[in-house]
Amino acid sequence: MKSAVIVFPGINRERDMARTLKLVSGVEPAMVWYAESELPKGTDLVVMPGGFSYGDYLRCGAIAARSPIMNAVRTHAEKGGLVLAVCNGFQIACEAGLLPGVLMRNAALKFICRDVYLRVERSDTPFTRGYNAGQVIRVPTAHGEGNYVADTATIQKLEGEGGVIFRYTAPDGTRDEKFNFNGATNAIAGIINKRGNVLGMMPHPENHVESVIGCTDGRGLFAGLAQYFERAA
Amino acid sequence: MEKFMKARVIVTLKSGILDPQGKAIEGALKSLGVAGVASVRQGKVFDIELDGADKTKAEAALKAAADKLLANTVIENYRIEVVG
Repeated sequence: MKSAVIVFPGINRERDMARTLKLVSGVEPAMVWYAESELPKGTDLVVMPGGFSYGDYLRCGAIAARSPIMNAVRTHAEKGGLVLAVCNGFQIACEAGLLPGVLMRNAALKFICRDVYLRVERSDTPFTRGYNAGQVIRVPTAHGEGNYVADTATIQKLEGEGGVIFRYTAPDGTRDEKFNFNGATNAIAGIINKRGNVLGMMPHPENHVESVIGCTDGRGLFAGLAQYFERAA
Repeated sequence: MEKFMKARVIVTLKSGILDPQGKAIEGALKSLGVAGVASVRQGKVFDIELDGADKTKAEAALKAAADKLLANTVIENYRIEVVG
């Protein structure tokens, strides 16, 4: 699996992401600076990591979404290449139009940094093939703007087409607004585009991949991706 | 002296979009005892100077700026005012 981690100015999760990609797939990812205009040849997976690109000026992700490398990311996605967008990466993907909707300020106006429970809604995507549908995973989250919002028609379309991949739930997987800590519409934590090659999510699976941390629930996402490309090769 | 124009782009949240920041400001105004505040919605104002004195060109440039970057039309509306 040849992956490329996009480095936007102001992000801070690129090393965690690169470490996880290397650990799980065995291949060191390329770190690609935002001002570049091309991805390394043969890139299978583009990863947009978390952080605070451009200090969240204007709107979170807005300025990074217009940076030079995004044309190459868009072309990669149009050709069917995979894109994993986490946290600020998810915000950037929405601002770039790669995914519908937008991430607004958390309903309680607080930056929330803690582990959350996600129900995996589908296992038939390259990103979630390492899980079972309905499985609940525990992953860390750290954001102030993760409240997913879109107009009613977009939400209906997303739900109808199986676009919702991760939902905030109670530890046993039941829907409970108490666990929808940021106020996201329908407790949406992660979505996939219609073509099934661009996944955006607010929580950080890359930080739960080693037993020394106390939880490896995030590993399935990366292991599944690595396996997906091994089979394709 | 080279001519330039001044303009203002006002970006507001679409109605129906929840505005937690506006709500917090509304609460703060109420707790300050400011009378008669029914509700608050927060927006953004961009004051922009444009080269040249062609109003049509200026409006086209401002529209492009708003569509491409200043507003996210999924959740926001914008209004352009050329002040002269």
